[in-house]
Amino acid sequence: FCFAFFQLLYSEHEVEKMFTLKPGRLPQADVKNIIFFVRPKLELMDIITDNVLREDRGRSPQRDFHILFVPRRSLLCEQWLKEQGVLGSFIHREQYSLDLIPFDGDLLSMESESAFKECYLESDQTSLYHAAKGLMTLQALYGTIPQIFGKGECARHVANMMIRMKREFPGSQNSIFPVFDTLLLLDRNVDLLTPLATQLTYEGLIDEIYGIQNTYVKLPPEKFAPKKQGEGGKDLPTEPKKLQLNSAEELYAEIRDKNFNAVGSVLSKKAKIISAAFEERHHAKTVGEIKQFVSQLPHMQAARSSLANHTSIAELIKDITTSEDFFDNLTVEQEFMSGIDTDKVNNYIEDCIAQKHPLIKILRLVCLQSVCNSGLKQKVLDHYKREILQTYGYEHILTLNNLEKAGLLKPQTSGRNNYPTIRKTLRLWMDDVNEQNPNDISYVYSGYAPLSVRLAQLLARPGWRSIEEVLKMLPGPHFEERQQLPTGLQKKRQHGENRVTLVFFLGGVTYAEIAALRFLSQMEDGGTEYIIATTKLINGTSWIKSLMEKLEPAPF
Amino acid sequence: LKESKRAVNSLRDIVDDDDDDDLERVSWSGEPVGRRNKLPSFQSLSDALSDTGVKNYTPELRRPKAEYKDYSSDWSPKDTVRRMQRGKVCSLERFRSLQDKLVLLDEAVAGHDGNVITAVLIFLKRTLRREILFRELEVRQVALCHLIHFLKESGEQKFLLDLLRFLDRTEEVALSQYREHLNIQDVEKRREFLKGCIGLPFSAEDTSHIQDHYTLLERQIIIEANDRHLETAGQSEIFRKYPRKASILNMPLVTTLFYSCFYHYTEAEGTFSSPTNLKKTFKIPDKQYVLTALAARAKLRAWDDVDALFTTKNWLGYTKKKAPIGFHRVVEILQRNNAPVQVLQEYVRLVEDVETRLNLATKYKCHDVVIETYRDLKDRIQLTAYKCKVERGSAEEDKINSILNNM
Repeated sequence: FCFAFFQLLYSEHEVEKMFTLKPGRLPQADVKNIIFFVRPKLELMDIITDNVLREDRGRSPQRDFHILFVPRRSLLCEQWLKEQGVLGSFIHREQYSLDLIPFDGDLLSMESESAFKECYLESDQTSLYHAAKGLMTLQALYGTIPQIFGKGECARHVANMMIRMKREFPGSQNSIFPVFDTLLLLDRNVDLLTPLATQLTYEGLIDEIYGIQNTYVKLPPEKFAPKKQGEGGKDLPTEPKKLQLNSAEELYAEIRDKNFNAVGSVLSKKAKIISAAFEERHHAKTVGEIKQFVSQLPHMQAARSSLANHTSIAELIKDITTSEDFFDNLTVEQEFMSGIDTDKVNNYIEDCIAQKHPLIKILRLVCLQSVCNSGLKQKVLDHYKREILQTYGYEHILTLNNLEKAGLLKPQTSGRNNYPTIRKTLRLWMDDVNEQNPNDISYVYSGYAPLSVRLAQLLARPGWRSIEEVLKMLPGPHFEERQQLPTGLQKKRQHGENRVTLVFFLGGVTYAEIAALRFLSQMEDGGTEYIIATTKLINGTSWIKSLMEKLEPAPF
Repeated sequence: LKESKRAVNSLRDIVDDDDDDDLERVSWSGEPVGRRNKLPSFQSLSDALSDTGVKNYTPELRRPKAEYKDYSSDWSPKDTVRRMQRGKVCSLERFRSLQDKLVLLDEAVAGHDGNVITAVLIFLKRTLRREILFRELEVRQVALCHLIHFLKESGEQKFLLDLLRFLDRTEEVALSQYREHLNIQDVEKRREFLKGCIGLPFSAEDTSHIQDHYTLLERQIIIEANDRHLETAGQSEIFRKYPRKASILNMPLVTTLFYSCFYHYTEAEGTFSSPTNLKKTFKIPDKQYVLTALAARAKLRAWDDVDALFTTKNWLGYTKKKAPIGFHRVVEILQRNNAPVQVLQEYVRLVEDVETRLNLATKYKCHDVVIETYRDLKDRIQLTAYKCKVERGSAEEDKINSILNNM
């Protein structure tokens, strides 16, 4: 949950302290009011109940409780609190409509982990409602979006809700000059393939290996120990190293979206530049020159520290990417994505099950094979299921069932495999990929062009009419809507000016897809710039995890 | 965007003390660095709008209490739903007739607000007879999904199962009921529960898995009881030498097989704890069986047992070694368990692919195998080169020399 955003209110409203929600007794604090700021999740209600019940009622002064639900109040949660007997303890029960959170200058996320599961497994479209509300807020700030394109059932729902909301609140018609030309709504299940593959951009790999949470990453501390002179033998830090990753850091902005194999040369070039800059101190002769050098020092020091951090991170990643297992795994992924042997039981997957590799790794691979084959032959599917259940436990039947419902691991129903046609028409597999100086979005997976981004790319040029047949093979309707702009606000495009498209991924988006869209934005004569919004930033592991049944009984 | 910049900069002062030193100070200018065609409109628009009523769209924390009371009792279903969407408390009691209730539900669904739909459903659940509610929901997919989700979240298992049965969603009934076993900690009760699950309407494949789950737990309970007894009695050597670190209860099948190959390898097929019994009962494929047995025996350094695993007598009485898995895998597992070179060598020799064989032999210093392979390939050069890898005056060196002389 994004801390930064809370500060917005708190720094203006005299908040003393902020604590993370934990069971047990509330920490000491000399305050009159305690506000619980939470997502409406039942597990969190249990923790709050525990906090409230353990509060010492005899203490003075007594503390008042309030609860703020983000982004909406939940009847279910309040009911739960009522049943625990603590609902009456809250003086105020409110909601804070935080729908879209800015993660960077071109990236917004709702950070709703359960959105995909709710929409595709449970047919619960509450998160779509919030997406629509978020879009209405966005339009209030940046103007009505004249054109809406979409592909998928959820996309259709969101568009319908937007249109209805606009109709029901006519007062929201504003006179803001529209910033966005187009909104593209995409269901995650239109492209189930991309999140399953291992991302190969710098930021993507950091997320795959270490997990980026709200722009922060926790890393093993050994490589980050500061080398202090005269203190040989100092204890190595044991706490993980926490770093923030966003585009305000110059070096990170430069390397985050590059294929990992291209990062090394950037880092070494940077090292030379920074060394040269520090050498300048020998050339500073006059007082003026020295003064100037000193004024540059903070910036240079920041640059050097940034370089040191990313060199360490790159080393950590390289240890993994050069390992035999990473190579074998990637080879199998790429075989599947290029259409090789997707209809047989795969030896590497079997070996991994036999060696009891982490279950999520196995699930990603079998789901990838299933998606690349439009579903597995019954015999192959049964074989994998049996091996998985015998090795990891029969209770995983529940997870396998979820994956089937989501369309990720299912039997082939129609007897025909659409994937080769889709792959060829949309040019999803590019043999001649250039990782150093890419000319196509396929560089983000070293050969595979994300299906979702291809759809965005083709929408801009030459339009979806050219891929009607393929679009029909992908799930859900595709559509176009126009929203009326008040006269005088119709955008007149200057020659050479780029269109701005907001791409909203309903169900999650990966950093690799974001990198691919940024690549399109900065292409010469690309014609379109992209802003990305989503229900959640995901990677294959966190995504599959959200679909797994919780197997441990609840702690309460 | 401007405000988040301020926020991030003041982050350090307000967050938990623990985090102070770990945060890297990076300034957030709100302006992405490194983007060529940055949109100038964003930043200045936010600035421009900060005074012109944008606050209407950011949430207010305090609302007049009056807004929560529902004074009029004449709101139509449509308006009631509207009011509920705005967070106002509404009493639904006045909707008495079935007709009214259904209109209310349909309006709620059309409004797409999950909370409102749930609230209406709770009301209907309380005030309608089950059969009627189920019947009406059958033709209202969205409302139905909401109710199912609500019942799952609030743990109303019985109601949920009744609903699913009514809808003939039999497989879901089965899975939903099966899921409950996770909440049963006591093994005996869990075993009973699983037994009860067997007759449920699972798919054919899943039925056999559930059956296996029950059978496995039943066996595990027996094995666990026996082995605990053996351990405390202190008579059994294997349990004395390798005390158990954990109970076998609720472990997956393959783990159980490993355990059985480790502690009960020599037992006859008749006992519940023998590996062959497990293999037969659960139809464990040869590949999996051999791999697991190999891992267990290798761990115990029982090389003769390993040998026996791969030796078969053909009808002429000749023994021959074969494996349902590649011999390179056997070598891998043996090496992981620090098998002596003489043992390792036997299996490296059996690796079919020449290149792999050479790689493994060289890696693990199985000199004889390297020498023999180069001899078979008639590769003088490599053979000569390999001389420097063996000890001077050793039997291997002699071997190489003798081969080279006879080539």
